[in-house]
Amino acid sequence: MTTAVKTDAALFELALRMGDNALILAQRVGAWCGHAPILEEDIALANVALDLIGQTKMWLGLAGEIEGKGRSADDLAFLRDARAFRNSLLVEQPNGDFAMTLMRQFLFDAFHHPMLVGLKSSADARIAEIAEKAEKEARYHRERSEDLVIRLGDGTEESRARMQGALDALYPFAGELALADAIDAELATRKIAPDLAAIGARVCDYLKTVFAEATLNAPWDAAVRKGGKQGAHSEELGYILAEMQWLQRAYPGAKW
Amino acid sequence: MTTGVSTRPSTKEVWSWLEGVPDPEIPVVSVVDLGIVRDVAFEGEELVVTVTPTYSGCPATSVIALEIEAALRRRGMERIRIKSRLSPAWTTDWISEKARLKLKAYGIAPPAHGARCVGDLKNPVVECPHCGSAATEQVARFGSTPCKASWRCRDCLEPFDYFKSF
Repeated sequence: MTTAVKTDAALFELALRMGDNALILAQRVGAWCGHAPILEEDIALANVALDLIGQTKMWLGLAGEIEGKGRSADDLAFLRDARAFRNSLLVEQPNGDFAMTLMRQFLFDAFHHPMLVGLKSSADARIAEIAEKAEKEARYHRERSEDLVIRLGDGTEESRARMQGALDALYPFAGELALADAIDAELATRKIAPDLAAIGARVCDYLKTVFAEATLNAPWDAAVRKGGKQGAHSEELGYILAEMQWLQRAYPGAKW
Repeated sequence: MTTGVSTRPSTKEVWSWLEGVPDPEIPVVSVVDLGIVRDVAFEGEELVVTVTPTYSGCPATSVIALEIEAALRRRGMERIRIKSRLSPAWTTDWISEKARLKLKAYGIAPPAHGARCVGDLKNPVVECPHCGSAATEQVARFGSTPCKASWRCRDCLEPFDYFKSF
């Protein structure tokens, strides 16, 4: 008789949440390749997506290892259905115009960086070393998105109006990233992940500073749109997966 | 015939072979110059080369592993394992002085020192690799590969790549 290895469910969820956020945002941002308003931003968007894909490989690779059922990072990316994805609703929101893409990136970066800094001290060494690697990249992403949010927010009448519109539309989705559920609470108690409430407070302070400089007004009291972390997604995710997973679903195991 | 311990190359010798493996994207510098090779050791008869990725999504990472293996096979090594290590995370502070000069001669401004101090990452002083002027400015934070940013010189007006401090 063999003893079944029990999966550490909370740890598995954390690796999926981190990996799926990176994967879905990368898939969204990558769609800009060849279509961005200027060449420099086209290159920046593609590079940000590339970093996030690299991070996805590490997180989902770890998720498969924790699960212990032999699933690889590719299996998890290409062969799960929407309800099994654990990304926040923010990252699956449509690209819209450049203001929407940039604001979505900035709201994500604002959370992603301090979250990774917190995970660098994780009691799980595998989590800590992925965070150490990804944190440097996330810091660089945040420098770019912060700079552009300020320049376009405090820019022309047109750019300001678009950035304000993007902020009004997307801010309600940002709160989910730092909203703790029972899994987050367990991970914080076990010192595997930082306390999300503390991360959320830091993110809020940071956003206030940047938006003041960008002359933008966030709808601070808007109701938080949530559910993605637990697998309840908006209709957007199905379309993303249909495109992203099509090849592996139609031709299982295809390689080049 | 068996390969005895006496015929095994020293790790120092292996390091010198790896010095000859060029980076696939910036071939003037080697994978050792860039600080990608972290360790060389024998585990029994197996040669274990530990490498670290530069950027987590860098497409050159798998090519680098392949080229290291090919170079060692050309030297007659048969049992080789390439091991990946994430921590400590790669930093441009590991790029050798020799490599910095080679980058500059190739037209790429080498990274500013002190990448590990967060405060130093912003606004580095970057000298134009063409004319040496310090009157340069960033055009974009990203460039032709994950490790580079796009800059230009305000004196000679030439655009150039900056190997970003990271």
